[in-house]
Amino acid sequence: MSILPEAQAKAILTKVVGFSKADECTAQLTGATRGNVRFARNDVSTAGVTDDIQLGVQVAFGKRVGTATINQFDDAALERVVRRAEELAKLAPENPEFMPAVPSQTYMKTDTFSASTAGIDPAYRAKVATDSIAPCRAENLIAAGYLEDQAGFVAFMNNKGNYGYQTATSSDYTCTVRTEDGRGSGWVGHNVQDVSQFNAGEDIRVAMRKASASAGAQALEPGKYTVILEPAAAAGLVAFMMYFFDARSADEGRSFLSKKGGGNKLGEQVYGPQVNMFTDPAYPGAAVYPWDEDGLPRKKMPIIQNGKLMTMNYSRYWAQKQGKPEQAQFGNIIMEGGTKSTADLIRTTERGILVSRTWYIRMVDPQTVLLTGLTRDGTFYIENGQIKYPIKNFRFNESPVIMLNNVEEFGKPVRVKSDESDTTMVIPPMKLRDFTFTSLSDAV
Amino acid sequence: MHRRDFLAFGAMGAGGLMLPSMFGRVIAAEALNSAIDVAVKKQLADAAMNAAKGAGATYTDVRVGRYLRQFVITRERNVENIVNTESMGVGVRVIADGAWGFAATNEMTSDAVAKAAREAVAIAKANAPGQSAPVQLAPVKGVGEVSWRTPIVKNSMAVPIKDKVDLLMGVNAAALDAGASFIRSILFLVNEQKYFASTDGSYIDQDVHRIWAPMEVTAVDQASGKFRVREGLSAPMGLGFEYLDGAASGKTVLPNGVTVYGQSYDMKEDAVAAAKQALAKIKAPSVKPGKYDLVLDPSHTWLTIHESVGHPLELDRVLGYEANYAGTSFATMDKLKAHFQYGSDKVNIVADKTQPGSLGAVAYDDEGVKTKKWDLIRDGKLVGYQAIRDQAHIEGKTASDGCCYADSWSNVQFQRMANVSLEPGKAKQSVPDMIANVEDGIYIIGDGSFSIDQQRYNAQFGGQLFYEIKNGKIGQQIEDVAYQIRTPEFWNACAGVCDASDYRLGGSFFDGKGQPAQVSAVSHGSSTARFNGINVINTARSLG
Repeated sequence: MSILPEAQAKAILTKVVGFSKADECTAQLTGATRGNVRFARNDVSTAGVTDDIQLGVQVAFGKRVGTATINQFDDAALERVVRRAEELAKLAPENPEFMPAVPSQTYMKTDTFSASTAGIDPAYRAKVATDSIAPCRAENLIAAGYLEDQAGFVAFMNNKGNYGYQTATSSDYTCTVRTEDGRGSGWVGHNVQDVSQFNAGEDIRVAMRKASASAGAQALEPGKYTVILEPAAAAGLVAFMMYFFDARSADEGRSFLSKKGGGNKLGEQVYGPQVNMFTDPAYPGAAVYPWDEDGLPRKKMPIIQNGKLMTMNYSRYWAQKQGKPEQAQFGNIIMEGGTKSTADLIRTTERGILVSRTWYIRMVDPQTVLLTGLTRDGTFYIENGQIKYPIKNFRFNESPVIMLNNVEEFGKPVRVKSDESDTTMVIPPMKLRDFTFTSLSDAV
Repeated sequence: MHRRDFLAFGAMGAGGLMLPSMFGRVIAAEALNSAIDVAVKKQLADAAMNAAKGAGATYTDVRVGRYLRQFVITRERNVENIVNTESMGVGVRVIADGAWGFAATNEMTSDAVAKAAREAVAIAKANAPGQSAPVQLAPVKGVGEVSWRTPIVKNSMAVPIKDKVDLLMGVNAAALDAGASFIRSILFLVNEQKYFASTDGSYIDQDVHRIWAPMEVTAVDQASGKFRVREGLSAPMGLGFEYLDGAASGKTVLPNGVTVYGQSYDMKEDAVAAAKQALAKIKAPSVKPGKYDLVLDPSHTWLTIHESVGHPLELDRVLGYEANYAGTSFATMDKLKAHFQYGSDKVNIVADKTQPGSLGAVAYDDEGVKTKKWDLIRDGKLVGYQAIRDQAHIEGKTASDGCCYADSWSNVQFQRMANVSLEPGKAKQSVPDMIANVEDGIYIIGDGSFSIDQQRYNAQFGGQLFYEIKNGKIGQQIEDVAYQIRTPEFWNACAGVCDASDYRLGGSFFDGKGQPAQVSAVSHGSSTARFNGINVINTARSLG
């Protein structure tokens, strides 16, 4: 079991900080039990569980910093790791951008743990696999999927009086269903903190429907189209853009948020007026730890308000240098939307393309955040408010900045996880005009 | 982890307690230059194998791993972070009731590994009832107690930190003096101390070394608001610190004056060139989209080979095991049987786990199979895949290709890409010879943006440096270039490959695959190659 009870964690941290003779000492314990089951070709392929707890110690003498870690917790080991960090600090060059450890903070309590997820066992995981595979076998479809669950904790303390302890859980399920002849493919993903909200037997039906419905796709000419991006499809582009919300890069003139002539675009109208985004560590169903990696307290903050850029990520060093107040890095990304489902958005679309999922998104030009990637697992042509037929997948070359200036309508936001970002996100389905597809893909 | 995540990791400041936990625990530098006693590793392996057998396993393999990494991360005139990490533990994989089971522990005791072995058997037995067919392993003959080490000259882990800091500070100063606005430079050093034992009777001790020295040089023109990045032209390599000696024998000056690197890298020289070329990129004219003949330098081609040949010819993808994550493959089994015309007759592509200096080179893979070199594409025709022990029978083969790998003791091993490389042309042909015959083309150097669909048909690639070719002559530097391909058409458009004198390796430390996701380091070699009539798009946009 890799969640230490708070009293035990606090006792270890208190000893560690007490051992240090450095100007500053910060100790952090992290631990998790991670379980998974993977299946493909309608069979379980791998399953496993790993447990790990680590203690990290960072000390500073002036502006010289040393870091060491260990996974033993007897007194001798605790003193040894502190001494090792101190030795490294004495050898390190001075870091001109050194920032002192944060003093005592008050953190809000966020709802990041659920006992149902922490209680997942191998039998539960095996059932998720069975609930995914059996219906597919029955309908001559082929399932490949993955469930990963995690229950862990973070505890930290420094010699400036700061301390925090909290537990967290998460569960992430994805499944790709293909037709036997390889002409159709569908996908479903469900990321939750509380696994009692998840039912593989229900979710698999979404992927099965899309697999069957996407077979026999027709080719459309690449070009600019009105699109409806399902939340999972939109999340890939939005998550990528959020990597580049760093204020320092913008101030240095090397970001899409840099201003011509110097400075950044804070306060400017960067997106269409429909775009509202915020971060909120306590957001129901998408809560995150109430502190960032520096130990700064997270709070609810607007990021984009009516299309205006309200907040960027400032490192502590850059905030100080720019005379800005310190603020925690974004912990989650919540985009506001409306009340309509994806199906509602389709009903009001004269002509357009429904994109179920986006894939292999990469930066083409950081100057404009031009991204390329592809659609997959269910791309459909919409006419007069109805899905007419499946279409071949497209490659897109599109900037999320341009995309979020071409908003027709947002639907009801849901919690999603993008393929290549661990950020917890709540993203609506999006109806967008003039989305740029540049070539066709034969991939199914 | 993907490359951009690594760069983001590199961007971490030192203000807070930000541990690179994905690489294991942080240790002192002197501990990097040591190893676990082989007798201890054998004892742990035997304890695991005995426990698994007692619990009902019919096959067991044990990997006792110590994975060491060192990072030196700098920007401009600052050292941002120096981190030494160690990840150590034991992974036990078993077959019981015909199913796989896996468990791992970081406790290096006989009791702990025996417990992990029993847990692996329990997992296998839990999974067995739902499995439609038992695991079939291609046979491997035990090799007894053997050892192997990457043939390095200088162990990177033994080079003092100060020398590494001085090197990077010199590189950064040179770039800034040459006009760069910013530079980030990193040393990323890897030593995998891997011990493999199996109930086939093998006890294999391997000491694997790798080195990577990436950099990003940025030029900013605040007046116009434009900025451009030129990344380093080095390759991650299966070499020691000698790779950074900057030996003249490792340098090639291309016909347009750009210097590229082979078995040795001059980081400072490349940083100066990068600064000048980044400034030139800001002023370079934008490409006119259309069809061009592309001349691709090996510093670029490696990534196109990786994505459009290496991945689609992984048997697990072909079979659908990666359908939910990395994807499947257009190169289906029927195409192998029909010897599908993957490329022109100039295209010969080999997989090789033995190539010296490459990232994938080992003597035995992570399931104890002796490594080898084999054909994937011969005279343009598809002739092979990359398969491991439990897949060989599906391809109708009796032996594994020896390309099984796990990135940690705590992750289960599975099929990973071997070094997959384009063989040089047999006829004598230099780069100037090749360019002399191109009427309307683009010369691309260095890897850039990359994206490919889940069956490996439609891909798009950028680069670092682009030059016009008009009537056999290299012209001005241009920008905003990306080319889009359909894999078989692209390789069938291969009109020539320069000879072996131009052969160089590129590669990646971070080829991602699997769930839980694992990374693998892999090299891809080629000589400069020409592809006719490829679709080039213009990637410039305006945000208004």
